[in-house]
Amino acid sequence: MGTLVTATDLVKDFPLRGSLFDAFSPHRAAVHAVDRVSLSIDEGEVLGLAGESGSGKSTTGRLLLRLLEPTAGRVDYRGRNIVTLDARELMRFRAHAQIVFQDPNSSLSPRMSVGQAITHPLKIHRMGTPAEQKDRVLDLMEKVGLSPAEFLYRKYPHQLSGGQSQRVVIARALATGPDFLVADEPIAMADVSVRALILQLMKQLKQDMRLTYLFITHDLATAKYLCDRVAVMYLGRIVEVAGRDELFARSHHPYTKALLAAVPVPDPRAKRDKNLPRGEIPSAIEPPVGCHFHPRCPFAVAKCREARPPLREIASGHFSACILD
Amino acid sequence: MDTSAETILRVNDISIQYPISIGVVRAVEGVSFTLADGEALGLVGESGCGKSTLGLSLLKLLRPPGRVTTGEILYRGTDVLGLDRRSLLSLRGRSISMIFQNPLTSLNPLFTVERHFLETIHFHDPSMPRAQALSGVEKMLATLGIERRRLREYPHQLSGGMRQRIMIGLALIMNPDILIADEPTTSLDVIVEAGFTELLTTLRRVYKLSIILITHNLGLVAEIADRIAVMYAGKIMEIGRAEDIFARPLHPYTQGLINCVPNVQIEQKELVTMPGSPPDLVSPPTGCRFAPRCPKVMPVCRERQPELREHAEKHMAACWVYERQS
Repeated sequence: MGTLVTATDLVKDFPLRGSLFDAFSPHRAAVHAVDRVSLSIDEGEVLGLAGESGSGKSTTGRLLLRLLEPTAGRVDYRGRNIVTLDARELMRFRAHAQIVFQDPNSSLSPRMSVGQAITHPLKIHRMGTPAEQKDRVLDLMEKVGLSPAEFLYRKYPHQLSGGQSQRVVIARALATGPDFLVADEPIAMADVSVRALILQLMKQLKQDMRLTYLFITHDLATAKYLCDRVAVMYLGRIVEVAGRDELFARSHHPYTKALLAAVPVPDPRAKRDKNLPRGEIPSAIEPPVGCHFHPRCPFAVAKCREARPPLREIASGHFSACILD
Repeated sequence: MDTSAETILRVNDISIQYPISIGVVRAVEGVSFTLADGEALGLVGESGCGKSTLGLSLLKLLRPPGRVTTGEILYRGTDVLGLDRRSLLSLRGRSISMIFQNPLTSLNPLFTVERHFLETIHFHDPSMPRAQALSGVEKMLATLGIERRRLREYPHQLSGGMRQRIMIGLALIMNPDILIADEPTTSLDVIVEAGFTELLTTLRRVYKLSIILITHNLGLVAEIADRIAVMYAGKIMEIGRAEDIFARPLHPYTQGLINCVPNVQIEQKELVTMPGSPPDLVSPPTGCRFAPRCPKVMPVCRERQPELREHAEKHMAACWVYERQS
């Protein structure tokens, strides 16, 4: 199995709106959402991208699909840099790479029926005759557990439960037969029992349709259940990447450790030894110099304030960006 | 239920209804429980199970058209639902306080932190000198781990975690006996959430608080609660000590709920899922409200509602499975 998606030194700055004078200043203030992120995802793999709000994980997901233009860096999909694609080529790429967002209700038009919503991408990409399209949509609906499909085909979003709406969004994302799916917190809004069903569905679809996922989540327990590898982001940078078992058994970076220790465990007998980092994630407008985590890190030394620690391989396939490793 | 401690709150057979155009939503039906002095009770369930509605009713905060149709809420022997406006205002904040999910909607954007605190104190105690009030506030800020300079700041200048700390500080500044916390960490990131959980544990000790924690987060409830009540479709399905609920859940719904949550500390090949969705509360099922989704359903479950009864030591469940055995 080869590599499907590679990101190299991706940067995304969002300039802040300032005065006209600021526009000519060489140091225009900006939110440094993604700060030289490199990652790769193998075909058939589920890469988890974990982190707190403001870590840049959603921005990274959007950059991989070129839903946002990167400030610098490149994204290669099957060996082709998608950052330089023209409009027509980009359109073709979109049939191969899709996204599912957190809130299904804001992802669905209230005026489109389930059938129309899932058929829409097929129409845009001119795939098949209307009859073929309908067959494909009904088939997809059964695959994502929207049954009886014929009955639900005519329903509108307000007539669906939260779990059903997210299934419609997933079916729509899969309509054009993509290989790559970015799932941005797809279960964060759902109820506990619905979450499990959606996760199970995603696992099943991955096998049946040979999909590759970037699974964005703030919940490490979910990442542990679904992902093959997990990358942890903090303030625009990847601080640690490893295979799932390796990361959960032998996390290295102090931030990953803090994140793992903080996860509430549904077991009253579990040991609680949290040793939490101080404070909260700082602003991405003027992030700390050196290691972004040093102001909160219990192990920080003088050197951490000097230079950005490189993401180094500390064990086979296990990378960590901490000078103490 | 710890029999050695005094019962501070007793909820008896509470039912809450919301009339709507197509009928009446039976949001809460026949719910009873007690809260002992110093105890933390978790009220757990999914959206729409009635846990927040129940929480609001404990302070008589339900907005019309929602109304309590039966039952009583006894705080130290007095029925909260029978109190007049004046007594209610003195009960809220002084005896029972409540915090909500999103601190930004509970804080006034035009007030500094200091003004929030002083307003609360002077509402309950208009004669307290400002200096005395402020010294109390400063002590509270120290317990919350918030610097003094924040007193001059406005809500938008605070981080999410700090706002939630201020909220709980405001709730506790009049030294109430009971804190009702409705999804207090849902808007917080995981590390901040963990910090808040630690703070709640400290505050509980310092202020000798009794807590009702309303949440869908089984991890959070496992960390805080001594006892847990599991709600489904407006009813309590199971109630017992936290260890028992997690180690030996009786009700099939509780079992399903616990099994379908990913746990970072254990290896899970597959999550056990619960198909279907909660019933329509305008016309709920005749028998057990979980029967249509229950893997252990029997004919009797669809006909008659099971009662909440003790089926193990200090461990009650409303389920026909256990009725048959006894």
